Amino acid sequence: MTDVASRIAANRGAIVRNQAFWGVIAIVLLLAINVIKDPGYLAIGYNDETGHLSGNLIDILRASAPILMIAVGMCLVVATSGIDLSVGSIMVVAGAVSMELLRGMDGTAGNAALTLAIALGIATALGAVNGILVSVVGLQPFISTLVMMLAGRGIAKVITGGQNTTADNDSFAWLANGYVVGIPVVFLLSMAIVALVWVLVRRSALGLMLEAIGMDSRASRLAGVKRRSLQLTVYSASGLLAGVAGVFATASVMTVDVSRTGYQLELDAILAVVIGGTSLAGGKFSIGGAVIGGLLIATLDKTVVFLGVPASATPAFKAIVIVVLCLLQSERVRNLFRNRRALRAQSQKEVVPA
Amino acid sequence: MTVTTRPPTGSAPGPASSRPSLSDRLGARLSALPTVAALLIFVGMIIYGEAAYGRIVQFNTLSNLLVNNSHLIILAVGLTFVILTGGIDLSVGAVIAFSSVAGVMLSNAGWHPVAAVLVMVLIGSALGLVSGVLIQYFGVQPFIATLATMFLARGLASMLSTVPERLADDSAIRDLAAQLKIVDGDKVNDLVITPGVIAAIVIVVVGFTVLHRTRFGRTVYAIGGSEQSATLMGLPVTATKLGIYVISGTLAGIAAVVYTSRLGSAQNITGIGWELDAIAAVVIGGTLLTGGTGFVLGSVVGALVLGLMNVLITRDGGIRPEMTTIITGGILLVFVILQRVLAARRRGEQA
Repeated sequence: MTDVASRIAANRGAIVRNQAFWGVIAIVLLLAINVIKDPGYLAIGYNDETGHLSGNLIDILRASAPILMIAVGMCLVVATSGIDLSVGSIMVVAGAVSMELLRGMDGTAGNAALTLAIALGIATALGAVNGILVSVVGLQPFISTLVMMLAGRGIAKVITGGQNTTADNDSFAWLANGYVVGIPVVFLLSMAIVALVWVLVRRSALGLMLEAIGMDSRASRLAGVKRRSLQLTVYSASGLLAGVAGVFATASVMTVDVSRTGYQLELDAILAVVIGGTSLAGGKFSIGGAVIGGLLIATLDKTVVFLGVPASATPAFKAIVIVVLCLLQSERVRNLFRNRRALRAQSQKEVVPA
Repeated sequence: MTVTTRPPTGSAPGPASSRPSLSDRLGARLSALPTVAALLIFVGMIIYGEAAYGRIVQFNTLSNLLVNNSHLIILAVGLTFVILTGGIDLSVGAVIAFSSVAGVMLSNAGWHPVAAVLVMVLIGSALGLVSGVLIQYFGVQPFIATLATMFLARGLASMLSTVPERLADDSAIRDLAAQLKIVDGDKVNDLVITPGVIAAIVIVVVGFTVLHRTRFGRTVYAIGGSEQSATLMGLPVTATKLGIYVISGTLAGIAAVVYTSRLGSAQNITGIGWELDAIAAVVIGGTLLTGGTGFVLGSVVGALVLGLMNVLITRDGGIRPEMTTIITGGILLVFVILQRVLAARRRGEQA
């Protein structure tokens, strides 16, 4: 125990400078505000009959699942110094496909699995289109994914005929509303997927290769990194994860709202990634940071509703946070801090010999 | 036109010769090729529309094309400046939403219409300045900075109101969409323009002059050719780059005035996807997304191509309106890919 404490003390500077640490602080602060408003906020109830846990914390975990999915996908794309603006639209396409399919089917588990496979397949294909445009055709990532962002919502409207389709399938709804050992399935699934992605990129050289592309795409090619296939993989993966997020988001209400599902969620994904300390300039990424960022956003959304603050103000607030974090990442501001730190160190040195 | 307005390329100037070499002239042709293609597409669409649906080549259709797309033309002129330097402005649609909602609310709150319009334009300038400062002083990539401004403007608009805000019927701002008859045709077939159209034409002329006839314009092209070379040549790169984002924001503010006066209402979801339309107009008009080559008049043609496409889709009736963004996106992609093919071929010729 003391060993851990001393190690923490030794690395205090590194921890404080880690942006994800500030994300955790922000989550704790938000929860503290909620506790002040209602001392019972953190209480977790247990239902003896169903064996489900309930409470605000569980709600936050449930709400964070779609954000975690798109944040992790965005994190990988940003590592290659790209961006995926289409995650929200791919979500709505996946939702529209699954609702349209389920509407005409019996509510069996087999149909739910089939629908899931088709919806995720289409989401991956849309991501792959982004990937081909970026890697093979060589378009700037924001242009290809901007087209997909706006066309994707059009595709979803074409699929549902402009309607908000509703369907019934208990197995499909279980994905979002079910419980395993008292914890929402949707959160367990998202954590499992995050862990899988983490193992894939951090327990192999994959993550390093992605960062190499983000740092210097030419140098990485000379070093033998297969840029094209990796970029294609990353954008497809982002599409697949967005598809999962879309399924989560629609399965909880079994309705797809073609103009609202996933709307502006690319803002949340980018914010989560930036909060986690991933630089939008590419070249480094932190999946753990993105998870903390996603949890923070879910906590923020729930807090805003709980406190009764008008929810219309949150997007502007989130945008300002993005701007501030971008400023903190910029060279000019970093130099400013570095100079001040250097000055302080200098003045201390001058004092010591005297 | 293409010869007199040919922008300076980023390559080192050759020995001063009075006659351009063959490869130079070929280069000029190649850079103008997409613009010519856009013009041909426009003419082709008119001919096809006239043959298939009729009533295209007549005064009221053509003046409606101008009236309904004047805001897009204004946006496209602003974005031409930005894209010529190799930057991008994704915030224009959201700026229009914030600016028009704010303008309508101020006007309904009893503000003088001139003051309300001025605030609408200045909101655009201010948001453009924010993007410019982020990009130029803090080294944020243009698409990230303008994406942040886009979310910010959209968020601010939602804070003001989430329901359609109707402009009062007697508001003087509506007069900006008053139809002025130029040619009185039979029945409804009149050639009309609105103050909004006049504003668009003035902005096109001013944009053309600034870009092709002034030092500022030359600097814009030089930055697009190679920012490093432009800096080494002692050109005012910082002020120019800041300037173009302010110009783009200001023109978005003016576009908001023109659009709001025509529609008579504003909402926080106004202008979703207009950044794509404006980028598509600029790219269809022959401006390279990587910067350095392009024409203001090309962007106008691009905007008209998109406008005419909407008219044809409406006339056809067989294509659902939801398909419009998909088609616009598809056209944009085709043109960007065309640009890359041309650029690759030119590199091949130089090598």
